[in-house]
Amino acid sequence: MPATRSSAPRSTTMQAPTNWCFSTSRAAFYDHAGADELVFLDITASHERREMVAELAARVTEEAFIPFTVGGGLKTTVEMGAVLAAGADKIFINTAAHQTPELIAEGAARFGVQCIVVAIDAKRRGDNSWEVFLHGGRTPTGTDAVEWAARAEELGAGEILLTSMDGDGTQAGYDIALTRAVAGAVKIPVIASGGAGNVDHIYDALTQGRAEAALVASIVHYGTCTIRQIKEELRARGVEVRL
Amino acid sequence: MITIVDCGINNLRSVEKAFEHLGHATQVTRDPGVAARADKIVLPGVGAFGAAMKNLRDAELVEPLLDRIAAGAPFLGICLALQLLFDWSEELGLHAGLGALSGKVVRLPDATPQNPDLKIPHMGWSPLHFPRPTRLFAGLDDGAMVYFVHSYHVQPDDGEVVAASSTHGAEFVAAIERDNLMAVQFHPEKSSSVGLQILQNFARI
Repeated sequence: MPATRSSAPRSTTMQAPTNWCFSTSRAAFYDHAGADELVFLDITASHERREMVAELAARVTEEAFIPFTVGGGLKTTVEMGAVLAAGADKIFINTAAHQTPELIAEGAARFGVQCIVVAIDAKRRGDNSWEVFLHGGRTPTGTDAVEWAARAEELGAGEILLTSMDGDGTQAGYDIALTRAVAGAVKIPVIASGGAGNVDHIYDALTQGRAEAALVASIVHYGTCTIRQIKEELRARGVEVRL
Repeated sequence: MITIVDCGINNLRSVEKAFEHLGHATQVTRDPGVAARADKIVLPGVGAFGAAMKNLRDAELVEPLLDRIAAGAPFLGICLALQLLFDWSEELGLHAGLGALSGKVVRLPDATPQNPDLKIPHMGWSPLHFPRPTRLFAGLDDGAMVYFVHSYHVQPDDGEVVAASSTHGAEFVAAIERDNLMAVQFHPEKSSSVGLQILQNFARI
């Protein structure tokens, strides 16, 4: 998926499932379309699948010249290293990071904090409380999402990819309170994910939500709007973006 | 032929693929003999300053690199390699650099009460400002955006070498150009069409 990042400027991150393996021309397409970054999410992690993920990273490197992150199912620093060596700029870890938090520190020491993204899937459980879920949202942990983000930062995460399980797939808007709570609890960049349905949602995530980047998937994959339209609208509203 | 020098800790693939995409032949080497004969050198770098310098010394690459720079071969340093060109860095203790340019490498400013959202590393797209025309940035407009990932920045003694600046908390040097010697703090190989234009400018020198 593409993301829009704004470190001073905000970014549009584009998220893509790794079945793009067989249609990586999409990566070049989103580079030309103005995505600031790509995130490849491997939904069905298996051993064979992970080899394909390294293959995917190698192929994306040949045709897209923007940063990209690959993750989903990575469990060891060896697997992380294979994906980075193939050309990915960053990897993300989710379930493995929660089950083995030392993996964050080991990855950061070995590859640099800038390479290590911790992905957090959070589900709302009260007014200002969200719980971390693992295995793509199937397994509750009892862990508070804001506390986990702060702990991940301490361990050496360079970035948080924060997905609202409630918002994901609804196109009803990001969970702004969640995004804001996590962004306020860490010094590292937060990418808001889950729920983008229109430019207002992205604008809200980057302003009220204090996210550094907004991840979009369906709305650009299905052509609801183009990345350029999103960015032009954001710029018109005073958000600094790359056009 | 563009010779990409491997200092042992970086991922060179993206840089290699970017030049290939632009139609230029490349070779990747750690061999000091090959580096010593290179027409055009690219030194990419990611990682810590001290570790990278140790790798260059252990591979006996320091002398051939400095010789090629002195002989006038076009040289492009990327990211950490910009920093390596200077006298010393304060990253994780004091470390001597290649000393091809006088000056030092210091950490980016931390967040302040006035600017609480300032993040380190500086990671993301930022605009370039060009104080003078250079070969490396020919054809680019002021404000062109490129992708950065860094926590340290260079402070040249001679401000005349600065080819581009950007801002993160405060203004910093984003690129230098002195005759055949060029180096950028950002990642042109990850900076979409703007970055490819910069690499093309270098390849055509």
